[in-house]
Amino acid sequence: MIAYLVPQASSYAGHIDWLFTLILVTVGFWFLLAEGAFFWLCFRFRRRDGVAGQYVTGTRKEEKRWISWPHYLVIACDVVLIVATVYVWLEVKQNIPPADERVRIVAQQWAWVFVHAGADGKLGTPDDIVTVDELHVQLDRVYQFELMSKDVLHSFSVPVFRLKQDAVPGRTISGWFKPTQRGRFDIQCAEICGLGHALMPGHVVIESQEEHQAWMRAQRT
Amino acid sequence: MAHIPLAATRSVTGIPAGRLAMWWVLASEIVIFGGLLASYVMLRLQHPEWGDEAAHTSTVAGAFNTFVLLTSSLFAVLGHRAAEHGDGPRAARFLWMTVGGGAVFMLVKAFEYTSEITHGYTLFRSVFWGFYFTTTGLHGLHVVAGMVAMGLVAVGARRGQRLHRVELVGIYWHFVDVVWIFLFPLLYLAK
Amino acid sequence: MDAGPAHVSGTAGHAPAHPEPMSFWRKYVFSTDHKMIGMQYMFTGIVMGLLGGLMAYAFRMQLTFPGEAVPGVGVVTPNLYNALVTNHGSIMIFWFAMPVLIAGFGNFLIPLMIGCDDMAFPRINRLSYQIFFLSAVVILVSLVVPGGGFGGAWTAYPPLSASAAYNHTPLGAPLWLLAVALEFVAFLLGGINFVTTVMNARAPGMGIWEIPIVVWMIIVASILFMASVGPLIAGAVLLLLDQVVGTQFFDPRAGGDPLLWQHLFWFFGHPEVYVVLLPALGMTAEVMAVFARKKLFAYKIILYSVFATGVLSFVVWAHHQFVAGIDPRMAHVFTVTTLLISIPIAEVTFAYIATLWGASIEFRTPMLWALSFVAEFMIGGVTGIFLGASATDIYLHDSYFVVAHFHYTFFPIAVIGFFTGFTYWFPKMFGRMMNETLGKIHFWGTIIAVNFVFIPMFITGIAGDHRRIYTYQLFSQLATDGLGRLRLVSTLGLIVMLLFQLVFVVNLIVSLVAGRRAERNPWRANTLEWVAPSPPPHGNFAEMPTVYRGPYEYSVPGRREDYWPQNVPA
Repeated sequence: MIAYLVPQASSYAGHIDWLFTLILVTVGFWFLLAEGAFFWLCFRFRRRDGVAGQYVTGTRKEEKRWISWPHYLVIACDVVLIVATVYVWLEVKQNIPPADERVRIVAQQWAWVFVHAGADGKLGTPDDIVTVDELHVQLDRVYQFELMSKDVLHSFSVPVFRLKQDAVPGRTISGWFKPTQRGRFDIQCAEICGLGHALMPGHVVIESQEEHQAWMRAQRT
Repeated sequence: MAHIPLAATRSVTGIPAGRLAMWWVLASEIVIFGGLLASYVMLRLQHPEWGDEAAHTSTVAGAFNTFVLLTSSLFAVLGHRAAEHGDGPRAARFLWMTVGGGAVFMLVKAFEYTSEITHGYTLFRSVFWGFYFTTTGLHGLHVVAGMVAMGLVAVGARRGQRLHRVELVGIYWHFVDVVWIFLFPLLYLAK
Repeated sequence: MDAGPAHVSGTAGHAPAHPEPMSFWRKYVFSTDHKMIGMQYMFTGIVMGLLGGLMAYAFRMQLTFPGEAVPGVGVVTPNLYNALVTNHGSIMIFWFAMPVLIAGFGNFLIPLMIGCDDMAFPRINRLSYQIFFLSAVVILVSLVVPGGGFGGAWTAYPPLSASAAYNHTPLGAPLWLLAVALEFVAFLLGGINFVTTVMNARAPGMGIWEIPIVVWMIIVASILFMASVGPLIAGAVLLLLDQVVGTQFFDPRAGGDPLLWQHLFWFFGHPEVYVVLLPALGMTAEVMAVFARKKLFAYKIILYSVFATGVLSFVVWAHHQFVAGIDPRMAHVFTVTTLLISIPIAEVTFAYIATLWGASIEFRTPMLWALSFVAEFMIGGVTGIFLGASATDIYLHDSYFVVAHFHYTFFPIAVIGFFTGFTYWFPKMFGRMMNETLGKIHFWGTIIAVNFVFIPMFITGIAGDHRRIYTYQLFSQLATDGLGRLRLVSTLGLIVMLLFQLVFVVNLIVSLVAGRRAERNPWRANTLEWVAPSPPPHGNFAEMPTVYRGPYEYSVPGRREDYWPQNVPA
């Protein structure tokens, strides 16, 4: 359902979308059932002349059944959703696959700085490629990111990746993504960081191998 | 004089309203100090180097103050006993002794703080000292507030008025004592 | 010689009279009467709520028409926008929902519903309002000091909130924090009275299962509040020191931890939502029973489910922090507890719906509000599942989906709950009836409009609209015509909804001044407040009532009347 509104551009975007749809179907069922019962009862038991209310305590077994059976079914649905979300969370946040490339992301008031390894293939050396507000990545490559903040809390959010991770000053937080679609998409800061919170948009530029390598070469000169 | 509502005199539980109220106040305070101390413990576990800072708190002063507070609590209990027997003046005497204990506690505290600050161990030196001064400072404020409340109750008790308040202010004082029982090991003994 | 109050176990008695006429100040401003204090909280809360609504108008207009001067406000700069968003949230929760639902209705109703003459500690009650009033003054002052009001969101995460070098509001930030802390103290004091009075001062014959559910709910809410707010008060002390004195509790450069604040905040923040939910649930139940002429379905199961929710509410907090940098393994714990907490709430919802079975429903204004609470809250409830599931929360966190979710819980709680209680107890509070036609117009206008405000936000949130952003113009995927139109629908819905509140204000004033005089028990209800005159005098009852049965004996077979007040002997 999310995909109708926002493209899927990472390997796990589809899984998060799948979970969203699963939840939608499950809660949708309960919602329609409960609201339907509710409105029907409002109509069916509106006051009519000569018809008194009934004395129903809800303590008798036959009466309690009407809420205990739905209650058990809700528990069963919850168990299914728990298993599903644990599964997807493990993939996205815990089981970080071996990286094809590492990129450092530094958030600050109010810009994004991205650092790629230069020709020596190592991050943190003088030949690193540094860009501001634009992250260039290559299609189908597994990226591990090291997210940092220089000042306050920020949050690295890429809707098309379905990726979000808060940047905490004093920590380096790791995550990963694998781009699966070419294009130029928004990067957002998703944690209020002061006056410029709306003024630090970024862009992720996902390129084919040739395009990306051309870009890297251009950066090194 | 303010009229006392029927609501204050009824007691479906059998417990006087004042005592229920004091327990509620204590419960709130315990959650506040609990939160403060839990935060300190969580951060301290992440920062083993705070042990070096903690080495500079005076265990002797802390231990002495523990003894002082425990003794003053004893006086508060004796005061309650006297109040239960209807002996207002005797209860008042014990309450004043408790206040005295509180005064000694604060005096020792004053010496401690002065010594620490003049040696450069201030609020800003490390987050450990931030917690040290904040928790002992907040506790100290509660000691002073307790002393004031106790004094007011003692003045009334000497005239035989409102003796039930001796117990209530005693409960409060025990709480002040109990918080210190947690502060002492966490800030002084854990080096 | 005075030996203090005698310990009298549950005897009926007479309310002492106050023969001497009281000055304006003693009667209205410095009153110790629970009903007057309740009114003070109620009206302060209403004024603050209207202010919070106007703040929403201002920031919605800026978002929908970026850069254009907002009529009646002027140009909304980024700092003003952040301050509006921050204080809208803070004011609505702390200075509207809590004072109205807990302190307003709680103070007015509790002594009446349990059959006594006042709260156990009237002077502490008065003090709690005075501190609350002070907190309201402080928050308002914080908005107009040099540098402007605090703009770091109602959650006030450091380091942004801890340092003026980051937030640029050196006065606004500490004043905001001080206001919140004072409000907490006021409500802790208020809790003393609620819990002590209900435990001790009940009318003879009112055992714990004969207590009306709204009273139970306010008690549980008070206990939840007291048990959860302590760590945040501790955190507020630390944050205030960081802001004002320069300590570094939350500064990672000096060994502090920004995440510590988050845990302290949300350990309170999550139970807090139940603190405000429970009174609204209670009022809804009272009104539903009366206007359906039916016993509440499974009253004890409702209570047990509420207790379970209260306990569980202490172990779900980190679902607000799934992407905050906590250990990813912790997410599994909190997603399990969060999804499980939906179970007791679902139970309560089913019980409320089941109450309608076999009913004889009269759709008077209070009942319309009560029913709409159930229908609207369900939207909030089910959309919470998307956020409680850790993996979908990754995508939806900090988006307008969250905003829509919590408005579908908070709006029913604070606004619908308020109108449910106010339209229902108005006759008792003021001795007059509200106009039914104006009431229905106000109801339909508000309910229809509010859905236009928040349904679009589910969509724009899924499409990527993130929170606390004063303009989307720089985001290519968000600065689209389609999303712009949806945002416009929300803003127009808000304006319509605000305009319909004028109908309520008119109804309020007209009814106060010229409404039909209300009888003692216009709704033919069972609970004890309807035994007292409308409005009740000082002392409430000429003769203290005795209770003979539970509060929900409606439509009892074999009886001539379809109601059976608690104080009428068998």
